[in-house]
Amino acid sequence: MHPAPSVIIFTTFSGLGFGLLVFLGLGLPPVTGWVAFVFFVIAFALAVGGLLASTFHLGHPERALKAFRQWRSSWLSREGIAAVAALIVMGIVALLAVFFDSRIAALGWIGAALSLATVVTTAMIYTQLKSVPRWHQALTPLHLVSASLAGGALLAGQITSAQILLALAGLIQIAHWARGDRRFAEAGQSIASATGLSEAGRIRAFAPPHTGTNYLLREMVHVVGRKHAQRLRIIALGLGYALPLGLILVPGASHGLGGLAVLSHLLGMLASRWLFFAQAEHVVGLYYGARGERIGAC
Amino acid sequence: MTSLPETTQRKLGLVIDLDTCVGCHACVIACKGWNDAQYGAPLSDQEPYGANPTGTFLNRVHSYEITPPHGQAQLVHFPKSCLHCEDAPCVTVCPTGASYKRVEDGIVLVNEADCIGCGLCAWACPYGAREMDKAAGVMKKCTLCVDRIYNENLPPEDREPACVRTCPAGARHFGDLGDPDSDVSQLVAARGGFDLMPDLGTKPVNKYLPPRPKDQWQETDILAPFLDPIADTPQGFLGWLDRALERL
Ligand code: SF4
Ligand code: SF4
Ligand code: SF4
Repeated sequence: MHPAPSVIIFTTFSGLGFGLLVFLGLGLPPVTGWVAFVFFVIAFALAVGGLLASTFHLGHPERALKAFRQWRSSWLSREGIAAVAALIVMGIVALLAVFFDSRIAALGWIGAALSLATVVTTAMIYTQLKSVPRWHQALTPLHLVSASLAGGALLAGQITSAQILLALAGLIQIAHWARGDRRFAEAGQSIASATGLSEAGRIRAFAPPHTGTNYLLREMVHVVGRKHAQRLRIIALGLGYALPLGLILVPGASHGLGGLAVLSHLLGMLASRWLFFAQAEHVVGLYYGARGERIGAC
Repeated sequence: MTSLPETTQRKLGLVIDLDTCVGCHACVIACKGWNDAQYGAPLSDQEPYGANPTGTFLNRVHSYEITPPHGQAQLVHFPKSCLHCEDAPCVTVCPTGASYKRVEDGIVLVNEADCIGCGLCAWACPYGAREMDKAAGVMKKCTLCVDRIYNENLPPEDREPACVRTCPAGARHFGDLGDPDSDVSQLVAARGGFDLMPDLGTKPVNKYLPPRPKDQWQETDILAPFLDPIADTPQGFLGWLDRALERL
């Protein structure tokens, strides 16, 4: 799939923002006043900034309100509703904490649950797609949720939770890659099943339907070099999980080290998310000879 | 609206004959021509005469080379448009309800006034049957020429999809695949029509007919002896001319 910057920024930043909101909702840390103000500004900037970035890839952003209608069937619609509900509830929690120095525990929990639900619904948008076998696996929601919570714990300064979650999220990340690499083969689709011509003989894509490119190729057929991908995986793993974990394991870690850990995690997650899209193969590529022998320039 | 109907009264769709399709792309042009001026936003092109032409099409023709275990390789032309799936994943993912499947005839359509152009339906379609129009910012797909097939302003013979009407090889057939007695259903039964990527569970309505087996080339040497080269070096007058020219 095309790794569009708007989608990478959206999933990374809003994942991080909603992850932080989960912890703030749970009262970890139980901040009020100015400190709470800073925490909530960061959380809302990330979450809302990410959501706004996601509207950049819409053909008609002005109609975005219509997207709240189909929650019965559409994960994208559910995501929109969960996000708005989470932001409203957490907005009230923030107002109470910042201006009234007070916390209503139950409201915080509801906000945390809604924030978590937002990340889950985002993950399900990708997980549900049978047409993209790498995403269509149980580890996809686990990966996106664990990464979001690890980032949230890191931002919230919850050192112990962050240590556990970073290690866990790193392991899930590796598993998601390993499983993902096998998913296309497991899905069992090939140029033979795509064209139904398997009985006739060996099939090669001879000529594409168009001399130039088209929406399908731009959007869904993206090829990354293996070497390139391996290197990026190491960067993602190192910066996203290992380095932040190492930094917060330093006894008596200062704010400076914490900041560095957050920055490193963010950069690592951007690399991870780039790979999440760029390495995801859509079965439509089969019609264009992806994963098969090819002749000519197609 | 974005939930799929349990059943549809009819299952209108296309049957595409891979045996007779000659790969002329006439259906591609007829489709673009009709749909450029009718239902919804026109199908835009970007840089049509420039270095990198690209544009929106609802129907495209791939070409595949098939090499059977014995015999000659064969070229199969493969037109592909929306298959109007019964279990259409493109419909259920749509957040706005813009994408829907009609109860009366099973046609999958996009209500462009509601489409936010998120592109998720195109991701969900395994077949690459949906393309976002760059100029209009809305999703375009085959409408099964819904504005022709019921159009009483057209003469009766034109009340079929533009691609079917135009195909010079008769490789495209239109009808109700939900009715086992319809011509198209009979054709599918007779020729062993199949689904594309059936394991994905989309239950396409459109069917494809396989290429018929080709006959084999028989070795005959009735005429072969006469085709042997007669002489390597020219004789007689031609030989003299050849030698004379050589000496010049
Ligand atoms: S072919 Fe694609 S666009 Fe058409 S109904 Fe099936 S899934 Fe939807
Ligand atoms: S692009 Fe339009 S039709 Fe497709 S899912 Fe988004 S809103 Fe629905
Ligand atoms: S039925 Fe109409 S819209 Fe669909 S491919 Fe044929 S000409 Fe195009």
